[in-house]
Amino acid sequence: MSKRILAAALILSASFVPAFAAKTSLVIGMPIEPPGLDPTIAAPVAIREVTWANLYEGLMRIDRDGKVQPLLAKSWDIAPDGLTYTFHLQTGVKFHDGSAFDSADVKFAFDRARAPTSTNAQKQIFAPIDSIETPDPATVVIKLKETSGNFLYYLGWGDAVIVAPETAENNKASPVGTGPFKFKSWTRGDRVELVRNPDYWQKDKTKLETVTFRFINDPQAQVAALKAGDVDAFPNLGAPELFSELKKDSRFTAVAGNTEGEIVAGMNNAKKPFDDVRVRRALMHAVDRKALVEGAYSGYGQPIGSFFSPNHPAFVDMTGVIPYDTEKAKALLKEAGYGNGLSITIKAPQMAYASRSAELLAAMFAEVGVDMKIIPTEFPAKWIEEVFKNKDYDVTIVAHTEPLDIDIFARDNYYFNYKNDKFKALIAEAGKTTDEKARFAKYAEAQKILAEDVPALFLFQLPKLGVWNAKLKGLWENSPVPANDVTEVSWTD
Amino acid sequence: MLRLVISRLVSLIVTLVAVSLAIFLILEVLPGDPAAIMLGTAAREDTLAALRHELGLDQPALVRYLAWVGGLLHGDLGQSITYKMPVSTLVGERMAVTLPLSLLAILISTALALPLGVAAAARRDGPVDRAVLVFSQLGVAVPNFWIGLLFILFFATWLGWFPAGGFPGWSAGIWPAFRALLLPAVALALPQAAVLTRVTRSATLEVIGADFVRTARAKGVDRGATLRRHVVPNALIPVTTILGLQLSFFFGGAILVENVFNLPGLGRLAYQALNQRDLVVIKDIVLIFSGLVIVINFLVDIGYAILDPRLRSRA
Repeated sequence: MSKRILAAALILSASFVPAFAAKTSLVIGMPIEPPGLDPTIAAPVAIREVTWANLYEGLMRIDRDGKVQPLLAKSWDIAPDGLTYTFHLQTGVKFHDGSAFDSADVKFAFDRARAPTSTNAQKQIFAPIDSIETPDPATVVIKLKETSGNFLYYLGWGDAVIVAPETAENNKASPVGTGPFKFKSWTRGDRVELVRNPDYWQKDKTKLETVTFRFINDPQAQVAALKAGDVDAFPNLGAPELFSELKKDSRFTAVAGNTEGEIVAGMNNAKKPFDDVRVRRALMHAVDRKALVEGAYSGYGQPIGSFFSPNHPAFVDMTGVIPYDTEKAKALLKEAGYGNGLSITIKAPQMAYASRSAELLAAMFAEVGVDMKIIPTEFPAKWIEEVFKNKDYDVTIVAHTEPLDIDIFARDNYYFNYKNDKFKALIAEAGKTTDEKARFAKYAEAQKILAEDVPALFLFQLPKLGVWNAKLKGLWENSPVPANDVTEVSWTD
Repeated sequence: MLRLVISRLVSLIVTLVAVSLAIFLILEVLPGDPAAIMLGTAAREDTLAALRHELGLDQPALVRYLAWVGGLLHGDLGQSITYKMPVSTLVGERMAVTLPLSLLAILISTALALPLGVAAAARRDGPVDRAVLVFSQLGVAVPNFWIGLLFILFFATWLGWFPAGGFPGWSAGIWPAFRALLLPAVALALPQAAVLTRVTRSATLEVIGADFVRTARAKGVDRGATLRRHVVPNALIPVTTILGLQLSFFFGGAILVENVFNLPGLGRLAYQALNQRDLVVIKDIVLIFSGLVIVINFLVDIGYAILDPRLRSRA
């Protein structure tokens, strides 16, 4: 009898063993649900934050330090003229539906992205491409019309992942890629579930069996979900004022890293008085960026002096070019003919960082005799319509979250209405320069022009306030590209 | 009775058509181009044009209205702009949350309000009555999203008895799904229960004071039996009116509670769709919500006629 009990106990305890092994499931919280799961046909960052590197892979990838690494292309040769790229592909790679990955898929994916009917949000990635040839299944030859210094870097973005012709059309609802995780289900409005891809070409790369992305918009609810244990990680917490409290909590790791989001107060450069560089400089002098970060983001953002991410290796700190100096601000305003004061308006979206920044800016401007009225402007609908499309505004404020987007100041008809031919030429040259050192020098020069010309008030880099279970490791601290790359995430224990 | 039903049905259909036209016209003047919103600050002329064409936004308004109504008559709600899937599927998924949530809330609300209201009225100014009045005063004053936040704080983050929000789906099993719905349902129900309690109490009091009740008591019918047989059935008429109004509130009012608890219901879908200017989804949902209110009003009217035979002849 006792033997039987012992046996039963053994069987029971054996069945409990997996419970003591390290956890292999992960629940990640995100503020916004992606509209569809195909990063190659739409812009929203949330799509990349679920799919990039987890479900889909590109020829290249961007690593956690913002550097370009090989992925589906194991190596490549660039012709001396910089116009022909020959990619040698990984072999034995399979899509999640079991079909093999080869050069034809690369050609299909890129031709689809650059077609006239394509809604790829970063079509300029593919603009330099002249032709794509596939001499054999493991080789792709891409000929460019002009040299492109960032070509490999761009191929690491979510917009350039490789999709298969048989499945591409359905990727928005049931994504099929070559990544370490497969799509399992999407409970719209609540969660997306991924499971480990047993046939992944990089064997044993990942330790997780399941990854669930949960969408929780309200910052209070985000913290509640973390504390209740419903969510293991919030890589982008929406509540800076609750962050320091979580930092003190030993159950969590809380890291303030950098995103690609520069918060700028764009000015309508075509409109009086912002067509006068003295006025723009005066306003920049009036801004105490440190106090702004303190007030708008609980002190967690990094002040910037130009439009470039501290995550990028070509970043130069320009905060000293036009420092906080109310006397200089007043003098410049007087010089520009506004010694008796100036009245302007700011269209401020409802996001906490934007409306708080607008209030602080108004207070700072009041110190130098500038009266700024705040006009709340719903984002995205009203803001996109009034500010972005119709350019009907004086000053506005928003975070620009694309990586390496300094070129927006070189675009015709962009909402800043900024025109500087020298800057435009410089950005075009930088884009074509294949030598990294020379390219970075051009980006440095471009940063300097913006810092001095102040087409927008450069405020601060949006931080990535990451909070996760203290037993988790491998999550990214910064986000050089929008991503929740979980390929290297695991539980300690 | 049949005449009443038919006349009410006709006005129901006329209202629905008027509502569909109003919704379409209002959305036409709403600022915000869905294609521009989807592409955000990355928008370029060529991608914008391609997307507008793909979404059919480059068609004239009349064509789009007729296409919408034509689709509706065939039971086709169209494609969601942001989710790129049939709205009917989307609404179906969301109904699986909002419907049980609302029904649960109605159940909780009436289960609390009817006995409390009758009990309070039965012993007017007694301790039970005073306690009920205090409770209902509180319930009316406190908004349901705030009750929701308190619940999350107390039951989810402190005690850990319930999830702090979200919905695992019915496929996860009846109990986990029910557990996720319970707190939001109570948060949704409490303010309504408070209102319903007051209405029940005053309706009951009014009937208690009526002559026929005095007559019944004078004939020697005991207190409990008078309540059951004479007071409660008559008091139910005004209560039904409020309950009808509340039914539509439960569907619409779920927006706030669904957002607080992160429940993927119809209310949250409406909120998201509005933010993203998913015009197709907004149009359909507003029509569904309006349709529900109209149908509920119709049912309340019929309910009256059943409860009060005098109304049947007056149609």
